[in-house]
Amino acid sequence: MRDRKQRLRRTMLFLNAQKPGLLRDPYIYRPDSLILDLEDAVAENQKDAARFSLFHALRSIDYEGCERIVRINGLATPFWREDIRCAVAGGCDAIRLPKTEAAGDVKLIEQAISEAEREFGRPENSTLIMAAIESARGVVKALEICEASERLFGIALSAGDYTRDLHTHITGTGIELMGARQQMLIAARAAGVQCFDTVYTDLGNEEGLREDITTIHLMGFDGKSVINPRQIRPVHEIFTPSEKEIIFAEKVIQEIDDKRAKGIGVFTVDGKMIDVAFYDGAVQTIKLAKASGVYPVTERRAGNGA
Amino acid sequence: MEIMKAAAAGTLESSDCQVVVEKGEGEIEFHLESAVIHQYGNQIRKVVLETLQKLGVSDIRITVIDKGALDCTIRARVESAVYRSVAQTEGIPWGGIVQ
Amino acid sequence: MKNAVGREIPEEILKQTGKEIFRGSHYYDGYVYKKDGPNTKCVINSGGSKLLASLREALEKCGIRDGMTLGFHHHFRDGDLVVTMVMEEIHRMGIRNLTICASSLGKAHDSLVEYMEDGTITGIQSSGVRGKIGRAISEGKLQGLAIMRSHGGRVRAIESGEVRIDIAFIGAPTCDDYGNCRGIGGKSDCGVLSYAMVDACYADHVIAITDCLVPFPNFPAHISMTNVDYVVVVDAIGDPDKIATGAAKPTKDMRKLMMADYCTRFVTSTPYFKDGFSYQTGVGGASIASTISLAKVMKERGVRMRFGVGGLTKPMCDLLINGQVDVLLDTQDFDRDAVSSVKDLHHFRISAGEYADPFNKGAVVNKLDFVILAALEIDTQFNCNVVVGSDGVITGAQGGHPDTAAGAKCTIVLSPLLQGRSPAICSDVTVVTTPGECVDVVITDYGIAINPRRQDLIDCMEGVDLPFKTIEELRDIAYRIAGEPERVQFQDRVVGIIEARDGTIMDVVRQVRPFAFREDEK
Repeated sequence: MRDRKQRLRRTMLFLNAQKPGLLRDPYIYRPDSLILDLEDAVAENQKDAARFSLFHALRSIDYEGCERIVRINGLATPFWREDIRCAVAGGCDAIRLPKTEAAGDVKLIEQAISEAEREFGRPENSTLIMAAIESARGVVKALEICEASERLFGIALSAGDYTRDLHTHITGTGIELMGARQQMLIAARAAGVQCFDTVYTDLGNEEGLREDITTIHLMGFDGKSVINPRQIRPVHEIFTPSEKEIIFAEKVIQEIDDKRAKGIGVFTVDGKMIDVAFYDGAVQTIKLAKASGVYPVTERRAGNGA
Repeated sequence: MEIMKAAAAGTLESSDCQVVVEKGEGEIEFHLESAVIHQYGNQIRKVVLETLQKLGVSDIRITVIDKGALDCTIRARVESAVYRSVAQTEGIPWGGIVQ
Repeated sequence: MKNAVGREIPEEILKQTGKEIFRGSHYYDGYVYKKDGPNTKCVINSGGSKLLASLREALEKCGIRDGMTLGFHHHFRDGDLVVTMVMEEIHRMGIRNLTICASSLGKAHDSLVEYMEDGTITGIQSSGVRGKIGRAISEGKLQGLAIMRSHGGRVRAIESGEVRIDIAFIGAPTCDDYGNCRGIGGKSDCGVLSYAMVDACYADHVIAITDCLVPFPNFPAHISMTNVDYVVVVDAIGDPDKIATGAAKPTKDMRKLMMADYCTRFVTSTPYFKDGFSYQTGVGGASIASTISLAKVMKERGVRMRFGVGGLTKPMCDLLINGQVDVLLDTQDFDRDAVSSVKDLHHFRISAGEYADPFNKGAVVNKLDFVILAALEIDTQFNCNVVVGSDGVITGAQGGHPDTAAGAKCTIVLSPLLQGRSPAICSDVTVVTTPGECVDVVITDYGIAINPRRQDLIDCMEGVDLPFKTIEELRDIAYRIAGEPERVQFQDRVVGIIEARDGTIMDVVRQVRPFAFREDEK
């Protein structure tokens, strides 16, 4: 489960589970994860139909390795239990809980997931959880949410409701999200889970999107939700390690392996002081480089490699 | 299952299909309209009849207006319409007669 | 008899048309023939005018009678009023058994179906047919055979005398009283009159129809007074909003953008992409997007295009404005930007013959490096179908597809793998319009297939980071997703022929059979 929890999730593409045209082949755009949405995208009177559509999509469409996460309806609605039954029976990889406010919310769906796994003969613990945080309360409780379940692989900021709760709105500058982003990220890292940023809604503004991605990448986020396939490539590009970073990471790994054997603790690589604490970061860089199709660097790097 | 009242599911968007179910007259009455009827008409009928058979529906008038839906969508829309006709939204037998 | 693309052409069709089966794209290379010439009524008296009071009078003076062949051009596209206006008048005169030989027919001509049914029109020859006429032909409502021929093929048919046009009707945006026509100006500005030039030169009678009479001389004339018998002025020859639309907004559909990106990366990875290359593209969203992304790479790498050809759109004309191409060669204008670009000194009008005729001493298409095309279906032999839809009904036009594909060094066809549920890549196209020997690359949203005949292209893509697949793999993916399609159910009766550029028979189109479920599954 640890490997599955830690998989690469730079992009999570939202898809309305009620729209067959969208469900058919989103994998051609190569997002890392798909979020098949039963919640906001689906009208109240189509919740039932969306489940049938979701179930058959999960059962019969080969998503070619893209992770299939189902966003269920919130705990305040009458829909979430059947959503979980449907998603688990269909064999989804994970459930995304919206509007998470406390550890108890996660525990509640964990229990329902376990029951569904038993009911439909799915392997125990095969369904992971991610929690979306959409309120001030949720941000404050981020750490307990992160630690609420062994199944939980990460938390995600959802900015629409969150900014309303804060008596502000999405400004495009990111200033209104500073606190939440920082707090959630710190909580996620403290708990050893992943952290994902909210969607960028100004579809026509590619420059703004790139700035936003650069910010959250530098902050340390693992990835970002996207609402249009066009947003996938910019995220992957910005998350792709540069040639210099890759070569440096390779050297760090090699040197640490080498020096560790010789019993040396601190040394320099390219004039930078390095110790064993750099090891995991370097491994992560190589993993990202491999996933982005730019490793090893000697291979020809044609195109823009989305 | 028995069709209790007329019900519909699906849309007329591309890659979708709209399914209308009504009480039958003792048998399955199937109507199909599709831009790909020459290429997939037999397949669509097969999927619809199979789905109804699994659900145990044998007395129904079913109309499918297809806009290029894949088999999985056709199944989903047929099941959705049938369950709507009996007003059941919870405790769906996923992986049972719905598969 | 089986032709070079494996299509069985019925003997009676060969006998009825006197045509041969298609034997390969270059079968007629070097062929020598004598061009046909029109009957010409000389005008020697000085002064005077060719203006007549009405279309009726012009028809009468041309001796309109049963069984004639009438020529039309399609520069007014969906805004055309000329064909319908002429046919209504002829119908009122009670003339029957006519053949329409148009460069193309479309939605603007839906009302002609009535004349097909009552025997006024018994033959149709066109690049293709969109709209209701196509359906009517497929349902067997035309008495004679419909002939679908490419833009180049039409010029060949007329110049070689295979088709004799009795009266050509030339809708002219501007015209003087002596018959000098221009495609520019007036209310129905369409930019060029490329497709009508051959009609003017080879028809026995030529009637210019205009809604903008200008003083003599209307120069430089696109169609000369020396070929025009009569001039008729009417209220409107076209609906300007439908002739040239506003430039299409660049697509935001990621699927099309992705195909455009693949296309540009492919083009720029070939040895043909270098200073002085030539290029033609279509009007589909992905084609337009690929022109836009190509322009970007040209700028980055400092590569200049020598000439761009074809039906033109804004992105092609932008190349001229931005100094990225030396000249544009224009056969048709699809948007207002293209129409107004015609006034540029480096934007040249060419005739359909100069553009694409295989039976002259060399056409522009032969000098093309790249052509970017679309298709309804492409099979594993790379044969393309651009005329018959997945329901078996005639719904598209050959246009310059087979001409440019035959001429260009690198012919690329863009198509999404699935059009709705219908696989665009299939085992066997419904009809062949462009032979696979002329199609080099197929680019889909699921991957790119290079024709195995083009080992040179395969070799130069070594190490290029694009999703290459075999054409069979693409077909298999499509069939896996959508299921293997059954063939359209046709009747035996042949309703039309797909003519190859050289006049041989590429394929036949049969009457559609109303769909019936298979019995065994009841």
